[in-house]
Amino acid sequence: MDFDRTAEYVNHHSEEEGKAMRKTIWVIFWVLLGITGVEVTLGLVWQDMGLAWSFVKWTFIILTLIKAYYIVAYYMHLKHEYKNFIYAVALPYLVLAVYLIVMMLTEAIYIHEHHGLM
Amino acid sequence: MAGHSPTVDSKTLWGGGFSPFNVSYGKIMMWFFLVSDAFTFSGLLISYGFMRHSFAESWPVAERVFTHFPFMHGDHPLLYVALMTFILIMSSVTMVLAVEAGHRMDKKNVIKWMAWTIVGGLVFVGSQAWEWYHFIHGTELGAFQLVDGTIVQWVDAAKESLYLPGKELVMISGAEATAMMKGGVEVYGANLTVNEYGLPLFGDFFFFITGFHGTHVFSGVVLNFVIFVNVLKGTYEKRGHYEMVEKVGLYWHFVDLVWVFVFTFFYLV
Repeated sequence: MDFDRTAEYVNHHSEEEGKAMRKTIWVIFWVLLGITGVEVTLGLVWQDMGLAWSFVKWTFIILTLIKAYYIVAYYMHLKHEYKNFIYAVALPYLVLAVYLIVMMLTEAIYIHEHHGLM
Repeated sequence: MAGHSPTVDSKTLWGGGFSPFNVSYGKIMMWFFLVSDAFTFSGLLISYGFMRHSFAESWPVAERVFTHFPFMHGDHPLLYVALMTFILIMSSVTMVLAVEAGHRMDKKNVIKWMAWTIVGGLVFVGSQAWEWYHFIHGTELGAFQLVDGTIVQWVDAAKESLYLPGKELVMISGAEATAMMKGGVEVYGANLTVNEYGLPLFGDFFFFITGFHGTHVFSGVVLNFVIFVNVLKGTYEKRGHYEMVEKVGLYWHFVDLVWVFVFTFFYLV
């Protein structure tokens, strides 16, 4: 059944290593939960605190990217794969995503300034 | 992590007979599928961003739309979606713990953590259904749609004066309001063509993005369940490794990852 020779690439680890890994998993859980807590709190209080919206918005975006990094790097284990695999997965996506975001913002802001789509 | 082959020089690595990525075929394909799926979600979120920036003034504020919380009255912006986020993060943790247990061939713990992951997924799907229900039914007061399609909000239950859409509250009342309302209709809740909270596009994107994500969560639960049954039957114990758990785990974390972005760009920003 093992036609793709999965067994050759399988990850196994000992009881000891498992203990350390579980610790990392829980540490990252608290990081993710903490960031979400900060986001929600900020979302509720930023107006009362008189913070500038652009500052709040960028804080949200940066915190989101940090969360995404921890999920992909540790929970999806990408950080510990071979470098060439990391590049093969992450680069095509990141390049296109950045390109699309730049295009989207350029075009949408232009349309907004020129009296909308209608 | 343990189990990886020792580092070899690139010539040997690409010399054939071994995956230069040191990853099995199935796992590579799962990753490539996830990259393509990430493109799809990016397309949805980026088109959402495009419309939102194009209609910057009249875009509804999500915080004012999703204010319900089960068994509680009044306005509770962000609270419910924060709970949903917590549930999904939690189920991500139980999933990664199942994967870790699999690496130790610890069948008992794989079963335990996968079961919790499935429960978390079902609770999340249920929460989403609840949120859809409230969005579709809307508020008791409803809103008013003018002849030109603009949605205006009632000032109070008398339904005689109204607020124009926009960041600043502009109130119209008296004869001016009556004249403005001529030929319009009252609207309640949201669907693909009407949205009492403002632009119908907001509703469309809400249904498509959270719907597409919810479908992913649901299929994730189904996949997890299939693998869970295999774990129970001892299929992977016999095979000598739990890589299937790792593969559905990748999919499950991806679903959580997408939600992180949906949460930020739909509810927070």
